[in-house]
Amino acid sequence: MTKLLQWLFGVAVVLAVWALVSFDLLDLSLPRPYREAAWPMPLYLLVSLGCYSLATVGYRVATFNDCEEAAKELQEQIKEAREDLRKKGLKM
Amino acid sequence: MASRKAPKNRDSGNKYSVLLPTYNERENLPLIVWLLVKYFGESGYNYEIIVIDDGSPDGTLEVAEQLQKIYGEDKIVLRPRAKKLGLGTAYIHGMKHATGNFVIIMDADLSHHPKFIPEFIEKQKEGDYDLVSGTRYRGNGGVYGWDLRRKLISRGANFLAQVLLRPGASDLTGSFRLYKKKVLESLVGRCVSKGYVFQMEMIVRARQLNYTIGEVPISFVDRVYGESKLGGNEIVSYAKGLLTLFATT
Repeated sequence: MTKLLQWLFGVAVVLAVWALVSFDLLDLSLPRPYREAAWPMPLYLLVSLGCYSLATVGYRVATFNDCEEAAKELQEQIKEAREDLRKKGLKM
Repeated sequence: MASRKAPKNRDSGNKYSVLLPTYNERENLPLIVWLLVKYFGESGYNYEIIVIDDGSPDGTLEVAEQLQKIYGEDKIVLRPRAKKLGLGTAYIHGMKHATGNFVIIMDADLSHHPKFIPEFIEKQKEGDYDLVSGTRYRGNGGVYGWDLRRKLISRGANFLAQVLLRPGASDLTGSFRLYKKKVLESLVGRCVSKGYVFQMEMIVRARQLNYTIGEVPISFVDRVYGESKLGGNEIVSYAKGLLTLFATT
C-alpha cells in the first residue's frame, strides 16, 4: 500500500466515524450534545494540525544549530592542507 | 583517541570506498582528499577514494592525477566520465570499481567533513546497520552559512516529507552516507529521481526494503568555494519529487 493510499484510508476512516456520529447514520439515537460536538470536529482537527505544524517548524528553525566552530575548524584545516600539499609537490 | 585503535581497525577486514563525484571542484578536491587521508590515517581503517569526474572543464581531473601520484594508486582511484551525467549513474559507475565492502558517499565541496566518517563506521558496527545517514537535524548536527529563509525552507520541506512519507530517518535530502556495498547496489538501480529527491528516494526505498538505518549528527558547512543554489526551480522539483514518492511508495 502506497503512502498516498494509507493517507486516503486514514482520512476515510475518520470521515466515516464523523459522519456516523454527527448524522446518526446507524440510528443509535445518540444524545443531541454528542452530535453537536462531533459536527465541527474535522475543522478543529485541521486547525490544530496546522498549529502543530507551524509550531514544530518554527521551533526547529529557531533551534537549528549554527556550526560556527565547525566552519572555523575547517578554515584552519584548509590552510594546513594547502601548505602540506604544496610541500608534497601539488600544483594548484 | 582514534589513533590508538589503529592496528585493530586495520585488521578488521573491512574496507571503505569513498565515492567522490566531482564537477569543477579543482579547488576543493585536494582539500577533501587531504582531510580524508588525515582522518582515515588517524583511525586506521582501510580505505580508497574513488574520484568520478564528469569531464570538468576546470581541470579537476588533472589535479586528481597529481593527487594520485602523491597518495598512491591504491588510495586514489580515478574513474572519469566524458560528460556530466546523473548522480545515480555516477554511483553505479564508481561502485563497479569499488573494492571495499562498504561505500561512503559524500559531496566533494567540503560541506561534508571527513572527521565524521569514523563516527559513521562506529555507528554502523554498533547495530550492524545497512546504512548510516548523516543528519543535520538531530543532536549536535547543524548547518553553517544558512540564513533564516534557507533554514525555514529546509525545515519546512523536511517536516512535510516526514509527515507524508514517515521514512524513519531525520535527514532525507542529505548526501553524506555510509552503505553496505550490496545495499547500495540494490538501492541505486531502483532510484530514478534527480537532485535532492534522489537522496530522499534512496532512504525511502531503503525503508521499503526493510534495511536498517543508523544516524550520526553532522555539521554541514555550506560551500566554501563556489555557489550554493536553492532557487524556485529546486523547490518545484523537490515538491514534484516528494509527491511522486508519496503516490508511488
